[in-house]
This record gives sequence, structure tokens and C-alpha cells, in this order.
Amino acid sequence: MCLAVPGRVTEIEDRDGTRMATVDFGGVVKEVCLEYLPDLQVGEYAIVHVGFALQKLDEESAKQTLELFANLGLLQEEFGDPWELAAEAGAPRWADDKDVPQEAQQ
Amino acid sequence: MKYLDEFQDPDLARRLLDDIHSVVTRPWALMEVCGGQTHTIIRHGIDQLLPDQVELIHGPGCPVCVTPLEVIDKALEIASRPGVIFCSFGDMLRVPGTGRDLFQVRGEGGDVRVVYSPLDALHIAQQNPDREVVFFGIGFETTAPPNAMTVYQARKLGIKNFSLLVSHVRVPPAIKAIMESPNCRVQGFLAAGHVCSVMGVGEYPDLADRYRVPIVVTGFEPLDILEGVRRTVLQLERGEHTVDNAYPRAVRPEGNPAAQAMLADVFEGTDRAWRGIGVIPDSGWRLSSRYRDFDAEHRFSVGDIDTREPAECRSGEVLQGLLKPNECAAFGTTCTPRNPLGATMVSSEGACAAYYLYRRLDITTAPLEASPVA
Repeated sequence: MCLAVPGRVTEIEDRDGTRMATVDFGGVVKEVCLEYLPDLQVGEYAIVHVGFALQKLDEESAKQTLELFANLGLLQEEFGDPWELAAEAGAPRWADDKDVPQEAQQ
Repeated sequence: MKYLDEFQDPDLARRLLDDIHSVVTRPWALMEVCGGQTHTIIRHGIDQLLPDQVELIHGPGCPVCVTPLEVIDKALEIASRPGVIFCSFGDMLRVPGTGRDLFQVRGEGGDVRVVYSPLDALHIAQQNPDREVVFFGIGFETTAPPNAMTVYQARKLGIKNFSLLVSHVRVPPAIKAIMESPNCRVQGFLAAGHVCSVMGVGEYPDLADRYRVPIVVTGFEPLDILEGVRRTVLQLERGEHTVDNAYPRAVRPEGNPAAQAMLADVFEGTDRAWRGIGVIPDSGWRLSSRYRDFDAEHRFSVGDIDTREPAECRSGEVLQGLLKPNECAAFGTTCTPRNPLGATMVSSEGACAAYYLYRRLDITTAPLEASPVA
């Protein structure tokens, strides 16, 4: 929840007087509020946190960060099924070495 | 340098590391404020790649970790009430309150729902006019503006069955408290990049000056962390203590003025208790008097719930950088992600969880004597 994720604006519309966008986070699509970045345009990238665009970002930085977050599994944490993740957290997942990422065991 | 090949640009990483190694002449202790940065550091072994003289101390910047037990207990109480739909971010589900967590409340029949955005909770309120919908509003300066906008929208749209259980905290007062702790060893800060995306850097020059401590705004990628460390160490070696922005692609000096204006309208400053640390003066936000109708604490009369944390959990010392997770006697024994004593072990951004996940299980040094900052 703490980490903001970069995404690309694909559509903008006014909803109940609020500027909203459809944003693509490397394949995951979410509705995002643009009230804090009203100048953001379709095709541009922004750092998005809990459904709000907070700061514009250049395309190259955005793509690099998205790739990194995907590799670290952070996109799964951000957009995955929270109940499943919470249930896993309560299960003896980390007590079993086979479920710890291989690189983390080095 | 076993992890270096995993860096996005290993050559650049090597150059940054060589630079850091070449300028360091004495020991320095730097604190990374944000839990996201802690995870990058541990995941990539950055602390092990740095010269022995450069120590990274993990800071209090995990919103899930610092939410006090009494607020979790208030959330559990409200979520258990009939007629309530309690909405939360997913990472709060397993944070232990006194005896249980939100996951268990749902298992017992409570209507606990996970949302991606606070605006989703507002939509649930619109769709369920006969129910009370409460959103769990925790987090730092990055999360507070979305929550502020949601309350603003609720008032604008005349939605009466929505309220916010609010426990927002701010970074600068935490830096102040850490620097004023008698056991403080921090000599430089890697400031949390996304907090600064919202707030800008205006609050930091006074702190850098007053405590003679460099503050370098730092991002979250491995190369960002190395660059933040490099700039901080350079300042320390030169005897400087200024605010430097090493994350300019996402942080403008003025931050996001629209978000700051909304924060100033909806919230007002208040003293806040930080889990494991205690009360830090003027370190948080609460709803301002104009929005008091949307305060779940008042609406559900849970203001008098006051609980104490278990003494065996030393997460407060971890959050202040006084203790490394693997220096705690409970770490990996009586405290694991399956049976956490405190939020630093259960939160995906917590320092204890990072150490456990990436197998930093060895006890390296004796625990330090510590006292709370407030």
C-alpha cells in the first residue's frame, strides 16, 4: 500500500464532476482519480497511489519501475487478491523453505 | 557482490559503489525512512555491498507498522458492529489487534471489504444507503491526500452513511523525534521519495540545519538507493548538511500543491501515537472541525478505547533504528510471519518481515540499550 506504482493513462472522462482516468499498470487496468494532476493527458505516465495520480513521470522511468516492481512481485502485492494474500500470510508459508524465493535463500 | 548482476544496470551500480567505497574514510550511520526502501535494500543485499563503515538503519516509514494498537482495536470494534461495512486496504487485514485481526472479524461474520482506493469505499456507501460504511484511513503523506479527497467528495455528494477512521502520520515530526532521542545514532537520512512527491521538500531544510544532518530525497529502485547513499556520504565526508533531491523524476521541490491544499482543508494537525514508539507531538492529522461529521471515532463512540502493546515486542526500537530485527530475542522464534508479535513482522513493508523473508536470521550483534523517543 505504501508504494506508488507508475501507470499510463489510456482514457479520461468526467464522472460526477470528478476527473477520472483509466490507467494501465503493465497489463492491470484501474480507475484513477486525476483531481490532483488535472493536466495529465492520455498517453502520459504518472505515479499512482491508492487510486490517485500524484505526480507525472517520464515514460522511460515509468517503464523501468514497472518492470522492476513486476520482477519483485510488488504488482501482485498491490493488485493481487488481498484475501488470498492475507490467508497466505496466516499459513506456514515462510516456515517452508521451498516457498521462499530462491534468490532470498542465498 | 553476489547480488550485483540483478541490478537493472549492473555497470552503473558498480560505478556508484566504487564511488561510495572511494570517498568513505570513517563510519557513518544512515537511516532510510521508507519501508519500501528497506525492502529494496534487503532484497538486493545493498547493505552488504556497501563499505563496512556505511551502516543503513531502518526507519519508521511503514504505515501499517506504525498504526497504534488502540486504532486497530477501534477498527475491530467498528467492523464487528451489525449494519457496518468496514473497508480497508488489504495489508491491514493481518495486523494484530488485541487478540484478533480484521481477517478473523470477517470470519466471524463481520462485513469487512478490501478496496484498492478510498473512492471505492465511497461507491460502496452510495450503493448501500441503509448501511454505515467506514473506511480505515491510515498512512503517511502519500495516502492522506486520497483519503482527504474522498471525505471532500462525500460531503460534496451529500453522502451521509460514510465515515473515516483516521490515523494519519507525517514524516518530519518522526525525523525530529528520532534525532532528539538520547540513543540516536543517525547521521544522515534517505528521505521517502513518494512522500516528497506530495509534500515537496520545504519541510526539510529546517531539520537538516537544526540537527546538522544531510537529508537526501531518494527513490525506491536499487540504483536510486545507491545514489541516495552516495550523495549522503559525500555530504557527511565534506561536513555538509543540506537537503538534496536524488529523485527529481518524481519529486518537484514544491510537491503537489493541489494535494497539499486539500490536506489543509480536510485535516488539521494533532499529536499521534506511533505503534511501538509512543506519542510524537504534532505528528499526525485528524479530520478538521468542518469534517467532524465524517469521523468514525465520534460516530461509533470508540474514542475511549485505549489499549497497551505487549511488552515482548521490540518493534518500537526497530522502528527507531535502535535495534536490527535479527537482534530481537523473539525474531524467528516466538515471532514469525505466521505468529507475529507486532506489525513490523506482519506488514509486507515491515523491516522484520524483510529480514525474515530474505533469511537474515543470524544474530549479528548484541542488542542496544534503548529508550522510547517520546
